[in-house]
Amino acid sequence: TMEPSAEPDWPALIGRIRDHRDRDAFARLFCHFAPRIRGFMMKSGADATTAEECAQDVMVTLWRKAHLFDPARASAATWIFTIARNRRIDMLRKQRRPEPEDLGWGPEPETDQADALALQQDSARLKDAMTKLPEAQRHLIERTYFGDLSHREIAAETGLPLGTIKSRIRLALDRLRHHMK
Amino acid sequence: MKTKIKHHIEDRHLLAYSAGALPEAFSLMVATHISLCDRCRAQVEAYDALGGAVLEAVTDSSDAGLDRALAAIDAVSPEVTPRPEPAKTGVIPAPLRDYIGGDLDAVRWRPVGLGVRQAILPTSGEATARLLFIPAGAAVPDHGHRGTELTMVLQGAFSDETDSFARGDVETADEALNHMPVADISADCICLAVTDAPLRFNTLLPRLIQPFLRI
Ligand SMILES: [Zn+2]
Ligand SMILES: [Zn+2]
Repeated sequence: TMEPSAEPDWPALIGRIRDHRDRDAFARLFCHFAPRIRGFMMKSGADATTAEECAQDVMVTLWRKAHLFDPARASAATWIFTIARNRRIDMLRKQRRPEPEDLGWGPEPETDQADALALQQDSARLKDAMTKLPEAQRHLIERTYFGDLSHREIAAETGLPLGTIKSRIRLALDRLRHHMK
Repeated sequence: MKTKIKHHIEDRHLLAYSAGALPEAFSLMVATHISLCDRCRAQVEAYDALGGAVLEAVTDSSDAGLDRALAAIDAVSPEVTPRPEPAKTGVIPAPLRDYIGGDLDAVRWRPVGLGVRQAILPTSGEATARLLFIPAGAAVPDHGHRGTELTMVLQGAFSDETDSFARGDVETADEALNHMPVADISADCICLAVTDAPLRFNTLLPRLIQPFLRI
């Protein structure tokens, strides 16, 4: 099936799951992301059955935890990646993954919409920049995330403009800290 | 609670944390540091965004079982989580409290000599995590490193040949560094230290007892 050229508004669809338990919204997210999670897991060394199991688990987790998604700090793909990565550590490496202290909830959605939009745009630019990287460099980044490299082999220089997205996230964190006072 | 952190975790370790490639002990270090440090937290979340882009780029057109997933979500009740309270950061940040099983008073210290105490935390075997208690003014014996050692100050401060380190600061030591961390005279120093290889002590006594201490 061909995808429409314009990206669906993934954060809005996750919002519909959170607010209305919307099954159609879930189905649209599933059709886009579940095959990618499955492929991600297989590239990470899972067999087909395990990979599909993971994809199912991750998508059900999205359904259950839709209220924890913060579009001012992560795109849908990013959030889903973190769930999939944690599932992989759990299933393939059989380890716990310590998570940082929870900063609580973000500001109310209305005050936060401009931030969220800007972050989604930065994420789209990042995705685009990745497709334009030289093959060897992109391959190295992929191997890092597929778990092919040990922590001693990983070098931090990605050649991608992560600074813009980092300052965007930093702003969202500052705002969150401010609200916590 | 706001501390001015001077020494951060290196980007390669933050990237490895985001990619899920760190040994558990090192993940514990990163999670503990970014609980106090928004700079490194933002860097980790930027690397997560890169992970999102990698995930998006995966092509797989197979049917991943939508009907099965729809049946599964019908069976789970929506999770009603209360709003998480903003974490109350005491001396020990939340991820580390999970491993101690409580706050500072729950730590089971073991003496390692010269007033220094340690508590090894339960993590997977590829790397070791320990809490160190260095009495004010006391020193950890002079040593080198066979792999990477990250040390983060939780309370007090210490100095060595390279610089001084206060709460939230992380020192990254590797094969090239020999050092003797000394706690500031003003307060007892408590640190989280993780290593992926045994230390190399330069004096005889620590070398003799090293196997028993799993340092
Ligand atoms: Zn930092
Ligand atoms: Zn050392």
